[in-house]
Amino acid sequence: MNLWLIPLIPFFAAALPPLTIRSGRNVCAAVTGTATLLAMALLLSHAPAVYRGEIVQARLDWLPQIGLSFSFFIDGLGLFFAAMILGIGLLVIVYARYYLSSSDPMGRFYAYLLLFQGAMVGVVLSDNILLLLVFWELTSLTSFLLIGYWRHLPEARQGARMALVVTGGGGLALIAGMLMLGNIAGSYDLSVILQRGDLIKASPLYLPMLLLVLGGAFTKSAQFPFHFWLPHAMAAPTPVSAYLHSATMVKAGIFLLARLWPVLAGTEAWFLIVAPVGLVTMLVAAWIAIFKDDLKGLLAFSTVSHLGLMTMLLGFGTPMAAVAAVFHILNHATFKAALFMGAGIIDHEAGTRDIRRLGGLMMLMPITATLVLIASASMAGIPLFNGFLSKELMLEEALKTSYAGMPWLVPVMAGLATLFSVAYSARLAVRVFFGPKRHDYPSHPHDPPVGMWGPVAFLVVLVVAIGLLPALIAGPIVERTALAVIGGPLPSYYLAIWHGVTPALLVSMGALAGGAALFLAYRQINEIRLSLPRPDAKTLFDRAIEWLVAGANWSIARSHTGSLQLYFVIIVAAVVVLAAGGFWTASHGLGTRPVLPMSLPAVVAWLALVVASLAAVLRHHDRVFALVLTSVVGLVVSLVFLQFSAPDLALTQISVDVVTTVLLLLSLNLLPKTTPREGTPLLRWRDAGIATVAGLGVAGLVYAVMTRGFETISAYHLEQSKPGGGGTNVVNVILVDFRGFDTFGEIIVLGIAALAIFALLDHPFGRASARRLASIRFAEEARDAHPLMLVVATRALLPLALTVGVYIFLRGHNLPGGGFIAGLVVAMALIMQYMASGYVWANARARIDSTAMIGAGIVIAGLTGIGSWVFGRPFLTSSFDYFSLPLVGQFELATAMAFDLGVFLAVVGAVLLSLSQISRVQQRAERSPVTDHPMDIVLDTDPAVVKEA
Amino acid sequence: MELLVASATGVMTAVGIYLLLRARTFPVILGLTFLTYAVNLFLFAMGRLTINQPPVISALAAGYADPLPQALVLTAIVISFGMTALIVVLALRGFLESGTDAVDLDLPDDGDPGKSVASGDKARLPS
Repeated sequence: MNLWLIPLIPFFAAALPPLTIRSGRNVCAAVTGTATLLAMALLLSHAPAVYRGEIVQARLDWLPQIGLSFSFFIDGLGLFFAAMILGIGLLVIVYARYYLSSSDPMGRFYAYLLLFQGAMVGVVLSDNILLLLVFWELTSLTSFLLIGYWRHLPEARQGARMALVVTGGGGLALIAGMLMLGNIAGSYDLSVILQRGDLIKASPLYLPMLLLVLGGAFTKSAQFPFHFWLPHAMAAPTPVSAYLHSATMVKAGIFLLARLWPVLAGTEAWFLIVAPVGLVTMLVAAWIAIFKDDLKGLLAFSTVSHLGLMTMLLGFGTPMAAVAAVFHILNHATFKAALFMGAGIIDHEAGTRDIRRLGGLMMLMPITATLVLIASASMAGIPLFNGFLSKELMLEEALKTSYAGMPWLVPVMAGLATLFSVAYSARLAVRVFFGPKRHDYPSHPHDPPVGMWGPVAFLVVLVVAIGLLPALIAGPIVERTALAVIGGPLPSYYLAIWHGVTPALLVSMGALAGGAALFLAYRQINEIRLSLPRPDAKTLFDRAIEWLVAGANWSIARSHTGSLQLYFVIIVAAVVVLAAGGFWTASHGLGTRPVLPMSLPAVVAWLALVVASLAAVLRHHDRVFALVLTSVVGLVVSLVFLQFSAPDLALTQISVDVVTTVLLLLSLNLLPKTTPREGTPLLRWRDAGIATVAGLGVAGLVYAVMTRGFETISAYHLEQSKPGGGGTNVVNVILVDFRGFDTFGEIIVLGIAALAIFALLDHPFGRASARRLASIRFAEEARDAHPLMLVVATRALLPLALTVGVYIFLRGHNLPGGGFIAGLVVAMALIMQYMASGYVWANARARIDSTAMIGAGIVIAGLTGIGSWVFGRPFLTSSFDYFSLPLVGQFELATAMAFDLGVFLAVVGAVLLSLSQISRVQQRAERSPVTDHPMDIVLDTDPAVVKEA
Repeated sequence: MELLVASATGVMTAVGIYLLLRARTFPVILGLTFLTYAVNLFLFAMGRLTINQPPVISALAAGYADPLPQALVLTAIVISFGMTALIVVLALRGFLESGTDAVDLDLPDDGDPGKSVASGDKARLPS
């Protein structure tokens, strides 16, 4: 259960350092350290079980549909890495407390550090590869924050960005690879995947999947040719380098290789790709490290080289090599973290970390010097220290390995890399600490407080202890971890300093001698090196990024022209082409369903529709005329509905048409009345061509469908309409009952559209638009804007129209009608008042706010739905019963009617709001405010009114 | 009859698309209206054509038209009103703000998205 807390504690605790920094730096560091300790304690509480050979698991489904679960497990490998991450994290927290200066925002630093720590622990403990990916990306993001911590430094920002681009890009490849892996294995659970190695290796997708996963692992672990980001990430504060680049972040790639070793390793492809990448990385990085003058740069390349060593060992694919890799991971973490912190102390104390400016520090800071010397001896692989042991194991494995039929290749290159590592270690140790005492340091170096060298000393004690008593101290850890990596029986081996005079020992001795010689001849070799051309990874990277940006800009400029008209053409043409493709590849026989005979009225209506449509195209420049033609088409469409047994649709269509026509007429009052002739004839013919093809396609499709038989699911609705829904008008019952939830959504959308219109037009107009509004002159203004006949007629019609609306509403459940149609009819009756008598007059008399009406409609419909919860039924379950009243007789009441009332109100509100808003804008454009008196039929004898009349 | 409905749907689609591709907002709105008619008729036709059999339950009815496409089309008609109204208002507001009812406003030279990204990012690239 508490397994989840181990990665989560650092995440939650990340909020604390920025809060506690006000209480001082010690409190802040203590809080951070406590959180890490807590996570560590929880982790170690599971250690006994893990060392009994159990696997501790905790599982919680997150998104089971896609196979993502929030599940963790601890086995030997996870425990080893998590302990290393938290342990070194603790040391770094202590160290950073003294390293950071008082001007550095420490709260932020510890917060980033904890976030990173949580992400890393999450990576190594995830039991679900999708969850692992989430944490993997989080390590990329948090390390970006840590590397760029000194955000005022340009190199920090650039280094952080480069790290993010490289590791983030690798992360993308890893996502694809992991998805493929999960697909092949049939599960995203790591513990399941680990059981299915044979299935995965036999899959035809194995190779592409392997390449993608390796892309993620190699970028993260800075393998050649992605090694260049790591040295640039050294712009980070030294505690970050010590943490990220020795023990954690860069080891994530190694972790992944080790974690998936049982399912991926052992194939020829694995050996042919992974081993040489590791080998080349080890050799090239070791060579570069020799010539680095920056202490941290030297250590960075040395880290890359050692990561290459581990990759190569895992790439050999043999169990013994895997054991050696595990052992080296442990050893490297101890001595490299110590060295990074040591380099930080030197930088902190001497004010520089340039090897050329250092020397003789042995006298000035003896404690630091001793510690760093021991750690670098381990790095060089000198006997008695732990680096020697794992290096021997590595050489032994390398000597056994033959690559591409050349048995000498791997041993020689591995030996050379060892030789180089001796040389750079010697350069670091001798040039910094020995030689004459210098007096030209920027500050006066002396040993720092124990808080800074203490963590280093702790690690160095481990370096020596493992070096002297490997089997006793590191033996069980290596054994348990290697068991988890290999997933099978361990090879027989024993960790000891003395294995007798083996070939590996001879190579090792040769490398020590050669490395010493190389160190002595450093100056000459460096001159030769400088005279040769060297590719600079950063320049290449920057150029590649520049090309990418230029390419992106080019494609944006080509495709994103901002022309909506062009986009429309492309969209429509694409649809036409796709549909045509589907058409040509299918059979095109006509159906056999009998067709209805044509009738003369139908042909006349059809003619009216076609003529009106074509005329609308030809005469669309005259906008009012085109609008009239459009409403002719709308009228024919409602006749079509009427003819083919859809009275509800006919009613709806005709009332919507009326409303729409009024709306368009209102807008035409403000918009230009004509459309200018634009574009070339060629463009018009192109559009006409596209439109014709699309029209032919639609016509053919509709005809083909209608001449074929079909099965409908409506039988259920027809059967249940009366007994289940309590109404005989099936269309209305479907709307308010069977598919009431859809209708509920519809009226909400309608309400939103009306509110958007309100927002668009209610917002005060800016200067330019107000001027434009004021300058609109109505060319053909009616002499009488509010003709008396119209005014009287609409007012007389209002109660009638309202009654019709109520009637249509009430009968809707059983006969054609219902909330939608009634709403439109009532809205029309009210809109007529605006048209006849003007906005000012009508608005002053509007008792109910139309926005409130929309809201009330939606609330009533919603409450009706919720009402069924009271009776323990699902949302929108309707019920009905019959009642009788004197005079009225027996009648039916259904909850669906309340729902329909909601629909009614929402429709009335939405229509009224949109139309009244447009007429309000128009009213602003009217030259003089309309006085409402002359239009009012006033019965009282107000002298003022009488006089005016 | 089927031929008449099918060809009418096709004509309205073609007219709708042609008007949709015009350069001014009002023809585009009209085009959209035509396309709405066509789409609604298309949906309706998926229930096939029946005469004198409205889906109103009655003991005398010989049969019923498919009510489901009708219900779908009914809400589609109402929603299309909401859509048309919104576009009309957008066009109106756009016209008042910019003084033109062209669909494509001429972007100023520095409004080119490609150019501004290029110059902006170049400044931030490491040298």
